[in-house]
Amino acid sequence: MGEPSRFQGHTITDKDAENITRVEELAYELKIDAVMTRNPATVAPDTTMCDTLNLFRQNRISGAPVILNNTLVGIISIEDLIRCLQKNDLSSPVSTYMSSKLLTVHGVDPVIDALKLFVSSDYGRLPVLDENNILAGIITKGDITSGILKALQKDYHAEEVRRYRASHLFEDIESDRSSLILRYNIKQGDFVRGGAASSAIKRALLRLGATPQIARRTGIAIYEAEMNLIIHTTNGGVIRVEIEPHQISINISDDGPGIENVELALRPGYSTATETVRELGFGAGMGLVNIQRCVDSMRLESVYGKGTNLRLKILLQKEESVGEGSTPNKEN
Amino acid sequence: MNIQEIITALELKVITESKAFSQVVPSYGYSSDLLSCVMAGAPHQSIWVTLQAHSNIVAVAALLELSAVIITEGAAPDAATIAKANEEGVVLLGTEKTSFNMVGLLWELGLRCKPAE
Repeated sequence: MGEPSRFQGHTITDKDAENITRVEELAYELKIDAVMTRNPATVAPDTTMCDTLNLFRQNRISGAPVILNNTLVGIISIEDLIRCLQKNDLSSPVSTYMSSKLLTVHGVDPVIDALKLFVSSDYGRLPVLDENNILAGIITKGDITSGILKALQKDYHAEEVRRYRASHLFEDIESDRSSLILRYNIKQGDFVRGGAASSAIKRALLRLGATPQIARRTGIAIYEAEMNLIIHTTNGGVIRVEIEPHQISINISDDGPGIENVELALRPGYSTATETVRELGFGAGMGLVNIQRCVDSMRLESVYGKGTNLRLKILLQKEESVGEGSTPNKEN
Repeated sequence: MNIQEIITALELKVITESKAFSQVVPSYGYSSDLLSCVMAGAPHQSIWVTLQAHSNIVAVAALLELSAVIITEGAAPDAATIAKANEEGVVLLGTEKTSFNMVGLLWELGLRCKPAE
């Protein structure tokens, strides 16, 4: 199943939604002076319309601010030129045709302010003023589009760099044995956040360059352990994941109540879950069985009345190694 | 057969945000209401039919990367569950029909279970 193209079809995919949000964010983050055109071509009120036409043609522009004594007095656009051409009046000065009803923005304002003005007016370009109200540039919808595109590309690049750095985490650090330790505190009864830690660990592994298969196996094992902490413990517990290039070691511990009969607990279908928890679909008695299926080794130690400690290990083959710049097999 | 065709043919209600459903082709079908069984048995990118509608189905579907979850008998997930599903990119669909009925209809459409290994 290939990644759907962002521009195919009419429905919005998650990926699109993500990008739309980012574009919206950028509209607020980016300042107008970061995307505007600086030092735009300008005309004076007494410039002839004929000279203006040539200026537009030479610079391939469709509008220009009109400046008198360093002050912005109007804006002249291609629409004004068309009106002038219809009247065959090219010798007239700009002042006859320019629009002096001005909408301006400031360079320090966010791009969203310009976008709002574009939407509420039918203007195609807005003069940008500096803090002294002197013309600093001009902004069009096109400037905004290309400014946001550039910023998005930078973002994308940054994520690539992050991913690259994470996937080479251990490569550049010299030690006899390097590892990365992740810890998650799980609260008893917190069904709402159930699965949050396993999702986070799965994401971290993918970033570190783990194969999707390894990330999924680890995710499933940790999900079951996470739900066990939520369902069965007195005070919740801690998940500790140690990631090394050749293995993932997981330690799940809690301080009670402990398992009365470990052998029974490991039997498929055996469960001590309450009726309420069963109604939520838990308590199939398959949790530990599932964990065992996903890991290479599992050790369960429990003292009834004291607490439980579950130690899991997932061994990584050379080609599955994480953090050493291995290229993960692309799934799909 | 893609998810859009299934939604149309079985008149399913799309509970989560609309996506490019016609580009998602489910691998297999699976049904159970016990989450651990789903964890163990639902194949990658399959469709899961269940009566459960609480937020933990989202975590399960996300971890297993399921194509869609069909919630049966009109069970309605709460707003937080729907929000979480949208965040995780999990597709939730709804029907008034029973799980048995839904599985039968999916089978008629050509969806199968993963052959035993």
